[in-house]
Amino acid sequence: MKGKSKYMEGIRSQFPLLNKKVHGKPLVYFDNAATTQKPQKVIDRISTYYSSENSNIHRGVHHLSQVATQDYEDARIRIKNYIGAAKENEIIFTKGTTDGINLIATSLGELMNKGDEVLISAMEHHSNIVPWQLLAERKGITMRVIPIHKDGTLDIETFDGMLNEKTKLVSITHISNTLGTINPIETIIKKAHRAGAKVLIDGAQSIQHGEVNVADLNCDFFVFSGHKIFGPTGIGVLYGKESLLDRMPPYQGGGDMIQRVSFDQTSYNELPFKFEAGTPNIVGGIALGTALEFMESIDTKQAFAHEKELLAYAEKELLKIENLKIYGTSKNKTSLVSFNVGTIHPFDIGTLLDKQGIAVRTGHHCTQPLMDFFSIPGTIRASFSLYNNKEEVDLFIHALKKAISVLS
Amino acid sequence: MIESFNEKQDAIIADFQVFDDWMDKYEMIIDLGKEIQGITVDKRKDEQLIDGCQSRVWLKAEIDNKRMSFSADSDAIITKGIIALLIAVYNGEKPETIVKEDLYFIDQIGLQNHLSPTRANGLLEMVKRMKLEALKHV
Repeated sequence: MKGKSKYMEGIRSQFPLLNKKVHGKPLVYFDNAATTQKPQKVIDRISTYYSSENSNIHRGVHHLSQVATQDYEDARIRIKNYIGAAKENEIIFTKGTTDGINLIATSLGELMNKGDEVLISAMEHHSNIVPWQLLAERKGITMRVIPIHKDGTLDIETFDGMLNEKTKLVSITHISNTLGTINPIETIIKKAHRAGAKVLIDGAQSIQHGEVNVADLNCDFFVFSGHKIFGPTGIGVLYGKESLLDRMPPYQGGGDMIQRVSFDQTSYNELPFKFEAGTPNIVGGIALGTALEFMESIDTKQAFAHEKELLAYAEKELLKIENLKIYGTSKNKTSLVSFNVGTIHPFDIGTLLDKQGIAVRTGHHCTQPLMDFFSIPGTIRASFSLYNNKEEVDLFIHALKKAISVLS
Repeated sequence: MIESFNEKQDAIIADFQVFDDWMDKYEMIIDLGKEIQGITVDKRKDEQLIDGCQSRVWLKAEIDNKRMSFSADSDAIITKGIIALLIAVYNGEKPETIVKEDLYFIDQIGLQNHLSPTRANGLLEMVKRMKLEALKHV
């Protein structure tokens, strides 16, 4: 037990920001579902790029451009291997999860017609709701919502009945950012495919907390953000099956995505560049590669088990508090806990936790329909990552009790 | 004798100066939030609502004998406590004073982040609306 915690503390020591003090108190960072902190090697990689490699990619004949291009494309290969994709041209660099979903809604959406149906779930982030509403306005498709149960799990039976010949796409989150529910995406993908629909998995929350293998899952699209797996912001990934990406029209026009341009006609570049118009976030892509290198360098089995232990410990301690209600009680859940205490507003608790050095998220977590479902204005969400520890959970619980006593 | 606008601000700053600990400052804000009358749920109107991302605020403005009078409420008690401070300073003032004079006490007592766009608790918008309501009478 001791050796294990020593190993996890070794991982923690690679994240310099965690030593920070906030309002004179040691920082307890429990907002990992919003973004993760960065290991020193990712921070160093960004610095090295700008101090010795910076140049534009894919077009320069000079040395620097070739080095940067090589590093950027190496990162693509690393990402491909990390998520188990078959080919690197199935890895499209994006700005993040939101950008990936918008790309698909726009591009795949062009291939949809009036009356076609896209299924999402009641626990989606606004990023996986609004792009489909925009598409509904543009193309007359219908967005339908798979309901959930009170424990925050998906109503699979109703989902079965919703699938039909009009269903073109099921776009669903792997893990709920608000409730922590891990959805049975293997089952969902199989059922959707049987009905002839494609499947897009929003992996924003899952990429950090488990192994993802797109080949095993057999999903058609998988999107995630770099900053949620210890990489920089402004970079993300869209994985798509080559056969589908080939059929889809370009998303944006500009440099890099073209083969030949004239004023009469333009022919598009091949995958993945067809979907990567303009100078990309080069350093973001490279440093995301470094973040995945970090993940490959650690014992993820131990790290993920550690996260689950933290969740179990935190939930046990939270439930000792009077009138505390946890939202999202699925048996299969990631390391985050959303809760409210009696009628106290989550903003009030969040404010008082902040003054005690505890960083949590409060509010609707960009899932307003889900808040409406539970008839609450928001929740307090504590989300754990592999570098957090039990002592931090104790500090959090202590600070929470103090906040409650002040507010009661 | 009615205190001047800045005297009211200075009095609040002095009240807060006795506290070193942030939790104590917030306890005072929370007490103020509990004391102020606010607008009861049945009297709240849609046009009074300022929908912040984190908390919601309702604001009602009136003018009587050339002096502004505000009442407001929020679903979050800390927000409501800060509302109480803003109302204490603005109520009974001439519209011209509210539009022109600098609101400095919030900064001085260290609550400026509650009035920043990132806080999204409706307070920044509330102050803007208070000034706009006053502007109607200038």
